[in-house]
Amino acid sequence: MQVPILKQRNYLIATIQSALTDADLLQLRDELTARVGRFRSLGVVIDVTVLDVMDSFAVRTLRATVHILKLRGAETVIVGIQPEVAFAMVQLGVTLDREATALDLEEGLVYLDRQVEGSGRHGR
Amino acid sequence: MDGNKRTVQINVDTDIVTARQEGRALAASLGFSSSEQVLIATAISEAARNILLYAGTGTITSSYLEEGSKRGILIVVRDEGPGISDVAQAMVDGYSTSGGLGLGLPGMKRLMDELDIISEGGKGTTLIMKRWKL
Repeated sequence: MQVPILKQRNYLIATIQSALTDADLLQLRDELTARVGRFRSLGVVIDVTVLDVMDSFAVRTLRATVHILKLRGAETVIVGIQPEVAFAMVQLGVTLDREATALDLEEGLVYLDRQVEGSGRHGR
Repeated sequence: MDGNKRTVQINVDTDIVTARQEGRALAASLGFSSSEQVLIATAISEAARNILLYAGTGTITSSYLEEGSKRGILIVVRDEGPGISDVAQAMVDGYSTSGGLGLGLPGMKRLMDELDIISEGGKGTTLIMKRWKL
Protein backbone atom coordinates (compact mmCIF):
# COMPACT_ATOMS: atom_id res chain seq x y z
CA MET A 1 0.00 0.00 0.00
CA GLN A 2 1.70 3.15 -1.21
CA VAL A 3 1.53 6.25 0.96
CA PRO A 4 0.29 9.32 -0.91
CA ILE A 5 2.58 12.33 -0.59
CA LEU A 6 1.06 15.77 -1.16
CA LYS A 7 3.07 18.87 -1.87
CA GLN A 8 1.76 21.94 -0.11
CA ARG A 9 3.78 25.17 -0.30
CA ASN A 10 7.35 24.13 0.51
CA TYR A 11 6.18 21.20 2.57
CA LEU A 12 5.44 17.57 1.85
CA ILE A 13 2.59 15.81 3.62
CA ALA A 14 2.65 12.01 3.74
CA THR A 15 -0.60 10.60 5.05
CA ILE A 16 -0.51 6.91 5.86
CA GLN A 17 -3.80 5.32 4.78
CA SER A 18 -3.64 1.79 6.18
CA ALA A 19 -1.40 -0.68 8.00
CA LEU A 20 2.06 -0.68 6.45
CA THR A 21 4.36 -3.60 5.79
CA ASP A 22 8.09 -3.23 6.35
CA ALA A 23 8.58 -2.80 2.60
CA ASP A 24 5.96 -0.01 2.56
CA LEU A 25 7.78 1.83 5.35
CA LEU A 26 11.09 1.62 3.52
CA GLN A 27 9.44 2.81 0.33
CA LEU A 28 7.99 5.80 2.18
CA ARG A 29 11.47 6.65 3.46
CA ASP A 30 12.93 6.47 -0.05
CA GLU A 31 10.08 8.42 -1.67
CA LEU A 32 10.33 11.24 0.85
CA THR A 33 14.10 11.36 0.48
CA ALA A 34 13.76 11.71 -3.28
CA ARG A 35 10.93 14.22 -3.23
CA VAL A 36 12.48 16.53 -0.66
CA GLY A 37 15.24 17.08 -3.20
CA ARG A 38 12.99 17.26 -6.23
CA PHE A 39 10.61 19.82 -4.70
CA ARG A 40 13.23 21.59 -2.56
CA SER A 41 10.97 21.03 0.44
CA LEU A 42 11.81 22.63 3.77
CA GLY A 43 9.46 20.58 5.87
CA VAL A 44 7.73 17.21 5.96
CA VAL A 45 4.71 15.99 7.89
CA ILE A 46 4.26 12.24 8.34
CA ASP A 47 0.71 11.54 9.48
CA VAL A 48 0.44 8.19 11.30
CA THR A 49 -3.12 8.69 12.59
CA VAL A 50 -4.42 5.41 11.11
CA LEU A 51 -1.57 3.23 12.39
CA ASP A 52 -2.77 0.97 15.19
CA VAL A 53 0.64 -0.58 15.78
CA MET A 54 4.02 1.14 15.93
CA ASP A 55 6.45 -1.66 16.60
CA SER A 56 10.24 -1.50 16.87
CA PHE A 57 10.76 -1.63 13.11
CA ALA A 58 8.24 1.10 12.37
CA VAL A 59 9.75 3.39 14.99
CA ARG A 60 13.31 2.68 13.88
CA THR A 61 12.41 3.35 10.25
CA LEU A 62 10.59 6.59 11.08
CA ARG A 63 13.54 7.72 13.16
CA ALA A 64 15.93 6.98 10.29
CA THR A 65 13.62 8.78 7.85
CA VAL A 66 13.54 11.92 9.99
CA HIS A 67 17.33 11.85 10.24
CA ILE A 68 17.84 11.36 6.50
CA LEU A 69 15.41 14.18 5.67
CA LYS A 70 17.25 16.43 8.14
CA LEU A 71 20.49 15.67 6.32
CA ARG A 72 18.67 16.66 3.11
CA GLY A 73 17.75 19.99 4.69
CA ALA A 74 14.14 19.38 5.68
CA GLU A 75 12.53 19.39 9.10
CA THR A 76 10.11 16.53 9.76
CA VAL A 77 7.28 16.24 12.24
CA ILE A 78 5.38 13.04 13.00
CA VAL A 79 1.73 13.66 13.75
CA GLY A 80 -1.29 11.68 14.89
CA ILE A 81 0.14 9.02 17.20
CA GLN A 82 -3.00 7.66 18.86
CA PRO A 83 -3.20 7.49 22.67
CA GLU A 84 -3.30 3.67 22.84
CA VAL A 85 -0.40 3.47 20.36
CA ALA A 86 1.60 5.91 22.49
CA PHE A 87 0.90 3.73 25.54
CA ALA A 88 2.00 0.57 23.70
CA MET A 89 5.20 2.32 22.53
CA VAL A 90 6.05 3.24 26.12
CA GLN A 91 5.41 -0.33 27.30
CA LEU A 92 7.48 -1.78 24.48
CA GLY A 93 10.26 0.69 25.27
CA VAL A 94 10.59 2.37 21.87
CA THR A 95 11.06 6.13 21.75
CA LEU A 96 10.79 9.09 19.43
CA ASP A 97 12.29 11.54 21.88
CA ARG A 98 14.63 13.33 19.48
CA GLU A 99 12.08 13.54 16.71
CA ALA A 100 9.45 16.26 16.53
CA THR A 101 5.90 15.10 17.15
CA ALA A 102 2.61 16.98 17.13
CA LEU A 103 -0.98 16.17 17.92
CA ASP A 104 -2.33 16.40 14.40
CA LEU A 105 -1.69 17.79 10.92
CA GLU A 106 -2.67 21.32 11.93
CA GLU A 107 -0.25 21.41 14.86
CA GLY A 108 2.40 19.79 12.68
CA LEU A 109 2.18 22.60 10.13
CA VAL A 110 2.37 25.20 12.91
CA TYR A 111 5.52 23.48 14.14
CA LEU A 112 7.09 23.50 10.67
CA ASP A 113 6.24 27.18 10.15
CA ARG A 114 8.02 28.01 13.40
CA GLN A 115 11.06 25.94 12.49
CA VAL A 116 11.34 27.39 9.00
CA GLU A 117 10.84 30.98 10.20
CA GLY A 118 13.44 30.43 12.88
CA SER A 119 15.95 29.31 10.29
CA GLY A 120 15.35 32.45 8.21
CA ARG A 121 14.03 30.50 5.25
CA HIS A 122 10.55 30.80 3.92
CA GLY A 123 7.92 28.12 4.00
CA ARG A 124 5.68 29.74 1.44
CA MET B 1 -12.81 -25.49 13.31
CA ASP B 2 -12.43 -23.70 16.59
CA GLY B 3 -13.59 -20.13 16.03
CA ASN B 4 -11.50 -18.93 18.93
CA LYS B 5 -8.19 -20.18 17.61
CA ARG B 6 -6.25 -18.64 14.77
CA THR B 7 -2.86 -19.63 13.38
CA VAL B 8 -0.85 -17.46 11.05
CA GLN B 9 2.17 -18.80 9.22
CA ILE B 10 5.06 -16.31 9.26
CA ASN B 11 7.18 -16.44 6.11
CA VAL B 12 7.44 -12.88 4.77
CA ASP B 13 7.08 -9.33 6.13
CA THR B 14 3.44 -9.00 5.06
CA ASP B 15 2.63 -11.92 7.40
CA ILE B 16 3.58 -9.67 10.34
CA VAL B 17 0.65 -7.40 9.50
CA THR B 18 -1.68 -10.37 9.05
CA ALA B 19 -0.65 -11.92 12.39
CA ARG B 20 -1.22 -8.76 14.40
CA GLN B 21 -4.54 -8.05 12.69
CA GLU B 22 -5.74 -11.60 13.40
CA GLY B 23 -4.62 -11.32 17.02
CA ARG B 24 -6.26 -7.96 17.41
CA ALA B 25 -9.51 -9.24 15.91
CA LEU B 26 -9.55 -12.18 18.31
CA ALA B 27 -8.76 -9.89 21.27
CA ALA B 28 -11.65 -7.65 20.20
CA SER B 29 -14.03 -10.61 19.96
CA LEU B 30 -12.98 -11.67 23.47
CA GLY B 31 -13.95 -8.25 24.80
CA PHE B 32 -10.52 -6.67 25.35
CA SER B 33 -10.57 -2.87 25.30
CA SER B 34 -9.21 -1.00 22.31
CA SER B 35 -6.13 -0.06 24.31
CA GLU B 36 -5.50 -3.69 25.30
CA GLN B 37 -6.02 -4.80 21.70
CA VAL B 38 -3.21 -2.47 20.64
CA LEU B 39 -0.88 -3.84 23.34
CA ILE B 40 -1.60 -7.41 22.23
CA ALA B 41 -1.21 -6.56 18.54
CA THR B 42 2.10 -4.82 19.21
CA ALA B 43 3.44 -7.83 21.14
CA ILE B 44 2.43 -10.12 18.26
CA SER B 45 4.11 -7.79 15.79
CA GLU B 46 7.40 -7.97 17.70
CA ALA B 47 7.14 -11.74 18.04
CA ALA B 48 6.49 -12.15 14.30
CA ARG B 49 9.47 -9.92 13.61
CA ASN B 50 11.70 -12.10 15.78
CA ILE B 51 10.60 -15.18 13.82
CA LEU B 52 11.62 -13.58 10.51
CA LEU B 53 14.84 -12.20 11.95
CA TYR B 54 16.12 -15.21 13.85
CA ALA B 55 14.36 -18.29 12.49
CA GLY B 56 13.11 -17.38 9.02
CA THR B 57 9.73 -19.04 9.40
CA GLY B 58 7.34 -20.01 12.15
CA THR B 59 3.76 -19.77 13.35
CA ILE B 60 1.73 -17.57 15.67
CA THR B 61 -1.40 -19.03 17.19
CA SER B 62 -3.85 -16.88 19.13
CA SER B 63 -6.55 -18.49 21.20
CA TYR B 64 -9.01 -18.02 24.01
CA LEU B 65 -7.58 -18.78 27.44
CA GLU B 66 -9.32 -19.87 30.61
CA GLU B 67 -7.58 -20.71 33.87
CA GLY B 68 -9.83 -21.05 36.92
CA SER B 69 -11.84 -17.85 37.11
CA LYS B 70 -9.45 -15.95 34.83
CA ARG B 71 -10.18 -15.29 31.15
CA GLY B 72 -7.74 -14.01 28.59
CA ILE B 73 -5.86 -14.50 25.37
CA LEU B 74 -3.02 -16.93 24.71
CA ILE B 75 -0.44 -16.25 22.01
CA VAL B 76 1.87 -19.12 21.15
CA VAL B 77 4.84 -18.24 18.96
CA ARG B 78 6.67 -21.21 17.51
CA ASP B 79 9.74 -21.45 15.32
CA GLU B 80 12.31 -24.08 14.40
CA GLY B 81 15.22 -21.66 14.40
CA PRO B 82 18.50 -21.88 16.27
CA GLY B 83 16.87 -21.16 19.64
CA ILE B 84 17.93 -18.67 22.30
CA SER B 85 21.21 -19.70 23.90
CA ASP B 86 20.86 -17.55 27.00
CA VAL B 87 17.22 -16.94 27.85
CA ALA B 88 18.03 -15.10 31.08
CA GLN B 89 20.25 -12.62 29.25
CA ALA B 90 17.66 -12.14 26.49
CA MET B 91 15.23 -10.98 29.16
CA VAL B 92 17.56 -8.19 30.37
CA ASP B 93 16.29 -4.83 29.15
CA GLY B 94 19.49 -3.13 27.97
CA TYR B 95 20.62 -6.23 26.15
CA SER B 96 17.49 -6.46 24.07
CA THR B 97 17.39 -2.88 22.88
CA SER B 98 21.09 -2.48 22.12
CA GLY B 99 21.45 -1.35 18.53
CA GLY B 100 17.92 -2.44 17.81
CA LEU B 101 19.21 -5.94 17.19
CA GLY B 102 17.91 -7.51 20.37
CA LEU B 103 14.88 -9.69 20.76
CA GLY B 104 12.76 -7.08 22.50
CA LEU B 105 11.57 -9.72 24.95
CA PRO B 106 11.39 -7.44 28.02
CA GLY B 107 9.25 -5.00 26.03
CA MET B 108 6.96 -7.79 24.90
CA LYS B 109 6.61 -8.95 28.48
CA ARG B 110 5.53 -5.44 29.51
CA LEU B 111 2.89 -5.45 26.75
CA MET B 112 1.49 -8.76 28.00
CA ASP B 113 0.87 -10.09 31.51
CA GLU B 114 2.99 -13.21 31.18
CA LEU B 115 5.75 -14.32 28.86
CA ASP B 116 7.47 -17.68 29.03
CA ILE B 117 10.21 -18.94 26.78
CA ILE B 118 10.92 -22.57 25.98
CA SER B 119 14.11 -22.79 24.02
CA GLU B 120 16.73 -25.44 23.57
CA GLY B 121 19.72 -25.00 21.33
CA GLY B 122 18.94 -26.38 17.88
CA LYS B 123 15.33 -27.18 18.67
CA GLY B 124 13.71 -23.84 18.00
CA THR B 125 11.88 -21.49 20.32
CA THR B 126 8.38 -21.37 21.74
CA LEU B 127 7.14 -18.15 23.31
CA ILE B 128 4.00 -18.36 25.39
CA MET B 129 2.37 -14.99 26.02
CA LYS B 130 -0.77 -14.43 28.04
CA ARG B 131 -2.85 -11.40 28.77
CA TRP B 132 -5.72 -11.55 31.22
CA LYS B 133 -8.94 -9.64 31.04
CA LEU B 134 -9.46 -7.22 33.89
